[in-house]
Amino acid sequence: MFKQHVKSLLLLELLKGLRLTGRYLFAKKFTVQYPEEKTPMSPRFRGQHALRRYDNGEERCIACKLCEAVCPALAITIEAAERADGTRRTTRYDIDLYKCIFCGFCEEACPVDAIVETRHFEYHGEQAGDLLMTKEKLLALGDKLSDEISRDRASDAPYR
Amino acid sequence: MSEIRNYTLNFGPQHPAAHGVLRLILEMDGEVIERADPHIGLLHRATEKLAEHKTFNQALPYMDRLDYVSMMCNEHAYVMAIEKMLGIQVPIRAQYIRVLFDEITRILNHLMWIGTHGLDVGAMTLFLYAFREREDLMDCYEAVSGARMHAAYYRVGGVYRDLPDSMPHYKPSQWHNAQQVKENNANRQGSLLDFIDDFCRRFPTYVDEYETLLTDNRIWKQRLVGIGVVSPERAQQLGFTGPMLRGSGIAWDLRKKQPYEVYADMDFDIPIGKNGDSYDRYLVRMAEMRESCKIMKQCVDWLKVNNGAVMVDDLKVAPPKRQAVKEDMEALIHHFKLFTEGYCVPESEFYAAVEHPKGEFGIYLVSDGANKPYRLKIRAPGFAHLAAMDEMTRGHMLSDVVTVIGTQDIVFGEIDR
Repeated sequence: MFKQHVKSLLLLELLKGLRLTGRYLFAKKFTVQYPEEKTPMSPRFRGQHALRRYDNGEERCIACKLCEAVCPALAITIEAAERADGTRRTTRYDIDLYKCIFCGFCEEACPVDAIVETRHFEYHGEQAGDLLMTKEKLLALGDKLSDEISRDRASDAPYR
Repeated sequence: MSEIRNYTLNFGPQHPAAHGVLRLILEMDGEVIERADPHIGLLHRATEKLAEHKTFNQALPYMDRLDYVSMMCNEHAYVMAIEKMLGIQVPIRAQYIRVLFDEITRILNHLMWIGTHGLDVGAMTLFLYAFREREDLMDCYEAVSGARMHAAYYRVGGVYRDLPDSMPHYKPSQWHNAQQVKENNANRQGSLLDFIDDFCRRFPTYVDEYETLLTDNRIWKQRLVGIGVVSPERAQQLGFTGPMLRGSGIAWDLRKKQPYEVYADMDFDIPIGKNGDSYDRYLVRMAEMRESCKIMKQCVDWLKVNNGAVMVDDLKVAPPKRQAVKEDMEALIHHFKLFTEGYCVPESEFYAAVEHPKGEFGIYLVSDGANKPYRLKIRAPGFAHLAAMDEMTRGHMLSDVVTVIGTQDIVFGEIDR
């Protein structure tokens, strides 16, 4: 009983806690200075969508609408038509990022690896409609990140 | 003399200590709670109804968003219900992966809980320490599924992909030179399993640190001891599960009582409390984190030496391999059928429950033989806990309400659904 009183009077347990936080004051910092520095990102990362092309520049998407069918949030809208050369292509490929829940099912469903979810996650919209991804925007992002996308798909290929 | 009337206080829904969108109507006598009336429904997203209009696989990502701090456990209950109804036996490796990630999820949840509970009660430091560990675990989430929170990783018949053989690395920047980056990457050299192994090695010392800061701390004890006492009988009557029930001294844990997946082979203990107050529940959860770490270690050891399939070999429920889709017509047809129509579950009903970090999380599924659930009922542990808010806070001070919210580990995603 007496011992407990002394302990409590000396603020022992508080000082122990203070010692711990004090140690961290001088310990190596684990802060990641975000905009300049990034945390490691897995090749499986599911960020913003992109549409890919084949090496010859032809767009991969064949408008099978599997992604539209599987999308749980109904975020994808596709319209298709026959192109001049007789192939079936999309005339409209919209992804509403307001609806999208980034589950990655579209990428899983795509039989030709056209729609992918990239590492790109730092995007914003400045006015209404900016986050409504159209076919042009998606293809442009796919072109911009094409090397990174192919590298990530290749590294993950054995698991899929 | 004027009449003295009770004062009614509106606590939340925009209160930082309300853990989301809890709205409490507090009837107070001075600073003493006379009655606490939780109003729920502010985060209602109709998950149950949404699921009725989606194929079984499509509703899976919505499960992540129920209790958004223990994502994979929600998925687990959901896929387990469907697997039972379909009569699927999940490959053993997938079972181990699920147990591993259930426990990672449990630690994730408890770290979030200790951080915010501490913050609410006044222990500010802990929050950052807890989030440092969460970062590592979220990296594990990201490594397997590609998402740091809403994983959608468990699938009916197993898990989506096997564990990766490498971890992503930090890169040098203007803030950290090559040498420092090398140190940061030290535990990322091997596979994901090596990374988790390293985490399991480090984690008990971290829990020791949290306990150094809190367990004996007089302020912490003054705020927690004797607050929100629930007797064992009353806890059972109220439908408490998980740490809330175990804190009252009842050793009830679904992982032991009705072992699912490979929990029967795992060596772990169920910590229980004695007094049923907030402090005991704190101790129970701290001990649970250590137990989870033990289970994780056992899973890692097993997974390191045993390879095998992580998805059931049945093209009616599991998508074919990517390469097969490109080469084999049969596989392509299965692929299309699965992603458009899904699969039909025989007419039946099933209740699957898992030991979720917060308690018993159950999915009651009724199928009429279609490719969508006829009815999906979610049994959220937090709902029963929140219902006891009135009983637990009555007679306590206003500041104790915050402690009780913290100790109940309220997350509105699951309560409102």
